[in-house]
Order: sequence, then structure tokens, then C-alpha cells
Amino acid sequence: MSEHNLNFMPTEGFRARAKDVVENPFLRQSFRGAMDFLITKRAAQFPSPEELETLRTLGEQIRQYNLGKLPALLLQLEKNLIRNGIQVHWAETPDEANAIILGICKAHSAKLMVKGKSMVSEEIELNHACEAAGIDAMESDMGEYIVQLAGEKPSHIIMPAIHKTKEEIARLFNEKVPGVDYTDNVDELIQIGRRVLREKFLVADIGLSGVNMAVAETGTLCLVENEGNGRLSTTAPPVHIAITGIEKVVEKLAHVPPLLSLLTRSATGQNISTYFNMISGPRQPGEKDGPTEVHLVLLDNGRTQAYADEQLRKTLQCIRCGACMNHCPVYTRIGGHAYGTTYPGPIGKIISPHLLGLEATANMASASSMCGACGEVCPVKIPIPELLMRLREESYSAPHANPAMRGQGAGYSRLITSVWRGWAAVYRSPALYGVVTWLGSRFGRLMPSRQGAWTSVRVPLRPAPKRLRDMLKERG
Amino acid sequence: MSEQAKTSRRPADIYFFATCVVDQFFPGAGLDAITLLEREGIRVHFPEEQTCCGQPAYTSGFPDEARKVATLQLTLFPNDWPVVVPSGSCAGMMKHHYPTLFANDPARKAQAEALSVRIYEFTDFLVNVLGWQPEDRGGDCTVVLHTSCAARREMDVHLTGRKLLGGLNKVKVAQQDHESECCGFGGTFSLKQPEISGAMVEDKLKSLKATGAERVVSADCGCLMNILGHAAWKDKQEGRKTPSPPGEHIASFLLRRTSK
Amino acid sequence: MSARDRILAKLNAAPVLPKAEPDVASWYETHRSQESAADKASRFRSCIELAHAEVYSVTSASWLQKLWEVLSAKQIGKLLVAPGTPHGRQAIDELSPSGIECQGYDAPIEDWKEEMFHDIPASLTSARCAIAETGTLVLWPDADEPRLMSLVPPVHIVLLDASSIHNTFYEVMQREGWANGLPTNALLISGPSKTADIQVTLAYGAHGPKELVVLLIGDEA
Repeated sequence: MSEHNLNFMPTEGFRARAKDVVENPFLRQSFRGAMDFLITKRAAQFPSPEELETLRTLGEQIRQYNLGKLPALLLQLEKNLIRNGIQVHWAETPDEANAIILGICKAHSAKLMVKGKSMVSEEIELNHACEAAGIDAMESDMGEYIVQLAGEKPSHIIMPAIHKTKEEIARLFNEKVPGVDYTDNVDELIQIGRRVLREKFLVADIGLSGVNMAVAETGTLCLVENEGNGRLSTTAPPVHIAITGIEKVVEKLAHVPPLLSLLTRSATGQNISTYFNMISGPRQPGEKDGPTEVHLVLLDNGRTQAYADEQLRKTLQCIRCGACMNHCPVYTRIGGHAYGTTYPGPIGKIISPHLLGLEATANMASASSMCGACGEVCPVKIPIPELLMRLREESYSAPHANPAMRGQGAGYSRLITSVWRGWAAVYRSPALYGVVTWLGSRFGRLMPSRQGAWTSVRVPLRPAPKRLRDMLKERG
Repeated sequence: MSEQAKTSRRPADIYFFATCVVDQFFPGAGLDAITLLEREGIRVHFPEEQTCCGQPAYTSGFPDEARKVATLQLTLFPNDWPVVVPSGSCAGMMKHHYPTLFANDPARKAQAEALSVRIYEFTDFLVNVLGWQPEDRGGDCTVVLHTSCAARREMDVHLTGRKLLGGLNKVKVAQQDHESECCGFGGTFSLKQPEISGAMVEDKLKSLKATGAERVVSADCGCLMNILGHAAWKDKQEGRKTPSPPGEHIASFLLRRTSK
Repeated sequence: MSARDRILAKLNAAPVLPKAEPDVASWYETHRSQESAADKASRFRSCIELAHAEVYSVTSASWLQKLWEVLSAKQIGKLLVAPGTPHGRQAIDELSPSGIECQGYDAPIEDWKEEMFHDIPASLTSARCAIAETGTLVLWPDADEPRLMSLVPPVHIVLLDASSIHNTFYEVMQREGWANGLPTNALLISGPSKTADIQVTLAYGAHGPKELVVLLIGDEA
């Protein structure tokens, strides 16, 4: 059993971790500032509400259309990738995916793997697997590199090191990178990263990347990035391994431009990323560079569970832009690490239960005020609040046969359920409601001054001495 | 705002669905809303048997319990009159979630859909059905408006409150930072995640206070309960050094500003 | 059963929810206008300049002169070129006498990878075409002008024919029939390499070229 599976309750301690961040004014301010920046940049990219709305609708249609044909498209993708000379692997679990990747590494006696940014590789904890197998897996996205150097995990899917200040990074580089003096000049810090990683690209045996979209009709892997590390990872080493979730396939090349536009504008407020890298094969005879082998690993890891349910399937529409995080008042308060899952924020709350089971993520769905900001900005219109409510229902309902999700009923509590039943008994009956609220209004002054969580930052709730219905009667 | 609503004639009768929060905690706001509507010559009917829209259970993951409570409300509005709700959140539940809640019950689903088109959030009703233009009779005053997430995102009525306040000559509406951000209430969220909810309401109050406005108004009493509850707590903590501005439902504010 | 079979079996067991094919073409028709050549060129230019690229208007007669000026201004004495291309050939023929060492990419990368990563300050490639909407260069690296040319050298200089600027990415792939076949690697490049990973502060030259120079042919007034 891998370490991945031993990490059983990632969301355990969520409240304690959230509290730590909430009580740290510096971190609070730093997340707030970064999110405000991203919100402003995104807004500037969508000056026309009509264009935004129609493009989001188109994005939703494209994702739903392709998910509707998913099994056929995966086969078409596989066929065309193989025709193009790209080897295709399927993995049901993180362990299977790691075994496939390590197998390829072993076949090439690989010592060093450079990694372009890939959240799926985080999902399967590939770095751990590589370490255990004696392979040096080196992150090359600047943010990921910083996070790896610090022995941490990404706190945002687009901005992995958003939780760190330049001073912290300066200290980190000074401490961990040989021959580097302290500098908190961002340009200099980036140049240090460039210099270190360039040497790695030069000698790496394997380049690993994620995939933003895989095009079935042409057998093409598409990667979005700004730094060039994704291109280097997929071009410089002799072997390129791409890994992606099975949901990322689109049937047609024509589906790519709208999704690309939605992705970059929603994620970082760029009208397009610096690089859009479309890979349709390994090096051909006569070509002078590029990997001689290209592999694609298609990962399930719970996605088929979401797929099996019409409503939950919408989770798979996600194009991983991170806009839901940037606009989430909860994420903004607590950052990504508090969640304890690979994917934080609103998308994390709705995808993680499929990857890890509701039993491991039971309290995630409750960490939302249902404000709807995530659903409002989602470029492919995933109804995130609606899905959160569904997950709450799946978690809190009594365990039953044929559940739609692994861990259904994990949050079930006889006490809580009976509280809601009692509540419903009162509020469905005008007579009972009348008695209970009348008592409340007469004896409201006797309400306790400590009302649990409510009074931790608020004065106690006390019903008014007269209800509206009483006032109306008095008025006549 | 639906086309149907825009073209609908000024109704002689309406139903008023107060919401459980107004009935029990903010009855004055309900009374003021009713008084204001009556002053416009509308007969306001308050079905005695009304309780709660069912939203607390619905958003908490207990749709069966929500359905039981919603079933009662479905029966309370037999005539084809508009149903005015002084809360974007509860109006959103009745307008947008009732049809989903009863998706597997054809008879009730039809009832829910028929009710849905008659549901109006209070400020939306004033602006878009009555075309009400307030005449300001008060003195100079600066207020700050907090709009609930449901009013903004579910009911799409975030502009109507602003429009009503904008029609008051001597009222200046201050602009807070992060206006569209949630106050942190979220029903049971405030109880299940008190640290995060507390941080959100703390920031919300800071933004509202930073405007220097004399008063906070909102069309949702759930948010007011949270924001004002925190404001009073904070004042107590700080020994009322910089007391927070008072707050009230927009109906109360509008009624007072326009009364002789 | 293999993982493949199990995954496909699970997907095939799920409810079939067919959705209508999205109409991408009409969205673009409604939301993106067909601009004149001059407007496309100026939109392209302003977008890519906003992304920190340098753009120079040249003619097919003057581009080498401008190239020389750019290299001189940057004090670059060595240029990686593609000897199998007409522009690469021209650069070798005409820049070498004026003191620029033009190195041809004429051997597989394995033979000179170290040199490529350490000793090549600049490169010259052509662009296949460009996109006005986003200020994007389209490159299809091939045997003559390989992939790493536009990636490893710190300065990347690109020759672009202004008449090849399209309105949108969608238009490029439709007009050029990309769905019928793509090269091993097709690239959209919209500026020099950059990152904002440290405190959302923008920095250029993360891993790819620090500078991107576009010589825009045919747009000279």
C-alpha cells in the first residue's frame, strides 16, 4: 500500500488549520491581496457581459457535449495517438498510474525527471513514488519548484506558491540553493530558478507534464503555460510522459479555441497564455529535437464515479482555471493548505469526494456559505453550489444501498438528523410553529447568552418580544 | 426581472411572505414593508399559516425535511396574486429551488412552478412592478447598502436596492470595498465553520465601517442578523470606542424617509 | 480485465446523456469581426507589445538590416539559424560578413545539447502565421527549424509576414485545415517567457526566451 492511501483523512483537522490562517493577519492580507489581484485581472478580460455569458454557455456546451461522448472519444483519442506514435496507458488508481510511470522510467534507467506543472501528478503523489524508486523528480514550474524546495504542497492550482512572500522565498533559496546569497528581488529570484532548472532540463532523462485538453480527432495533447518549463519538459528530455484525467478529452480541434480563451482569461486574466503547446507525436525521422518517446497516462481515480450520476457528472466539466478559488470568500480567508486535499477551494470541495471518498472529505462541503460566487464565475458553468448541496445530502443522509458515491452517509449523525426532523415537524405545522415561536417571543429574554459557535463573534440571538403576526393582529 | 413582471399591471392585492427570520427576529421590518405597500394602495394579505421557506434544511443537505416545510407554503397562496418576500434569500428558495425540490412530485412541481413566477423580492417588486419612486422627506444621511448573495446571484435584483436609495435626494449611498462578497452568514455555515464565518463577517463589518456611513441597510435580515450581531459583539469587545453604525431592513429605512 | 477495460466498462454503464454539438462557428461569427489587413496587423502588434515583445516593421528587403541592428543593440554576436530555410540561408550569407556568427541548427540536439543550453544567445525563426485577437505567433517547428530554437536561446527573433495574420485562433485552424493533420509540435507564442509565481509579481525570462523580437514584414508605411 502506498503512502498515498495511508493519507486517509486529508480533511481531518480542517477547522484547526483554517483557524490558524484566519488568526494570522499577515497570511489573511496576503491571500486577500493576491485574490483581489486575480479578480481584477479577470474582470478586465471580460468587459462585455454579453460576451462573457455567451462564451461561458459555449464552454459549458462544449464540455457537456464531449462528456456525453466520453467513452467513444477516449477510444478515438487512443486510436489517433497510437497512429501518431504516442503510447497510451490507462490507470484506474493512483497506484496504477505511478506504476506505469515508474515502469517507463525504469525501462530508460532514468535518474532524473523534470516536471512541468501537473495537478494530476500531485493527485497521485508521483513525487513520493519517484523518491521511493530512487528517481529524482524535480518540479520546474517556478511556483512548484519553490513549494518543492520548501517541502510543501501547492496552495493554489494555478499559483502554487501564492502563500509565500518574496522574503520567505529569498530565505529559502539562500538556505537551499548552493551558492545563492539572500536577495528578495523577484527578478533575481526567478533568474536563480531559471539557472538551476536549466541544468536539470539539459540532463533530465524524463519530462513529465499534465494536459489541459486532449483532442480526439487529431490525437493531440494541448498544454497551456507562461514560463516555458512545460515546453522544455515536453521537448528537451528524450522521453515525455503526459498524465491526465480521463475527462480532459475533446472531440474536435474547433472546441479548443473557446476553452483556451475561457481558461486563460478566467485563470490569470490573460487574453492568452504565453505558450500554447500542441503535441501530436514524438520526434519524426529527420527531426533534430523533441522526445523520441511520448506516453500518455489516462487516469480514472474516481472520475468514473462522478460520471455515473447525471448531476455529479457536471463536476467533470472543470477546466482547472482556479477562478472559483480566486473568487471564493472561504478560500480567500484560509488559503489552499487548510483543505488538506490536492485540489482546494470550491472545485476541490466537489471533486475531492470522488477521488478520496466522502468518508475522507465529509466536512469539506460544509465549509461554504453558499454565496454562489464560484458558480457565477465558473467559465464552464459548473453549478458548484448545487453540487455542494448534493454532497451535503450524500454525506448526511443515512447510509443506504446502492449509493451514488463512495462514503455516502459518512457524515450521518442520528442526533443531527433528528434535530432537522424536529425542525421540520415544527415548521410544517402552523399550530406547532405558532406555539413554539410564541414561547420564543415571550421568553426570548431567557435565551442563553452563550449560544455555541454563534456567540463566538456575535451577540446572542434573541427573538423579538412580539412576532410580526402579533404586531399585525394588534394593528388590526 | 422577467418580461411578464415588467408588463404586469399594478396589482390590487398581494400576498406577503414574511420569512421566519422577519416574523421572529425582525418583525418591525415586516410591518414597515407591509405599511409601505399598503400606503401605495395595495391590499396586503398575510397568510397566517406561513412559517419558513425551508431553505435552512435545503442548503444543509436535508431536502426531505425542506420538502415537508415547503409543502405547507405551497398551499398558502391560492389566488393569482404576487407573493412579496422581504428577503432575496428566501425569495430565491421559493422562486428557484421549489421546482427542483418537487422535481419527483408532478402535482406539487406544477404548483411550485406556478408559484415561482409570482414570487417577488421586496425591492424588485417596488421598482419593477410598482415603479415606485420614493420622495425623500428626511435630512442629509449617508448609508451603505449590503446586498445578500441570493439577491445578487440567484434573484439578480442587486440593482433595485441601489436604485431605491438612489431615488432619495438627501441620501448618499457610500461604496464599500468588496461589495459583492458574502457577509459570512450562510445559515448553518456560521455554526459549522465559526472561524471562517467569523473572519468573513469581521472583514465585512470593516468594509462597511470604513465608508463612514451612518447606517447599514440591507434587504435581507439573515445578513443583518449576522453583521449587526457581530457589530454589537465587536463594540462590546472594544468598549464601544468606535461604535458600529446601526443597521436596518431597507423597508424600514424607506418607510421612514418617505413618511410625512 | 485491464484498467482500460474497467474504466471503459464503468463509463459505458453510466447513463447516456447526449448533448447537441456546440456551434463554435456561429459564436465567432457573432463576436469576432473580420478586420482589414492593416487593422489585424495593428491589433496583433499592440497585443504582443503589451505582452512585452518588441515589434519592428520591415520589408522583405530591409529585414536583415533591422535584424543586424537589433543584434548590435543587444550586443549579440551569435545567432542560431535554420540553414535549410531561405531566411536562415540569407542570414548566414549576409550577416556573417558583418561580424555576426550564424550557427546553423544542422545536427540532432543530442550532439550539441550542452552548447545549445549554454552558448546560444539568440535564434532566428519564421512564424507560420499569426493571430491578431491575442497577439500570437503560430509556429510549426519542423526538421529544418526545430522546436528548441524558439525555446532555449534567451532571445528569440521571429520573422512574420504581415499578410499571414488571421483574426482568431479559430479562424487559423479553420482556414488552414488543421483538423486534417497537425505536425508533431504546433505552437502558439504570445510573448517572452514569464511568471508571476512570486507574490504575483510579473517577471520575464522564467524558462524560455527573456526577449521576443518580431520582425513584421510588409507592414512598413
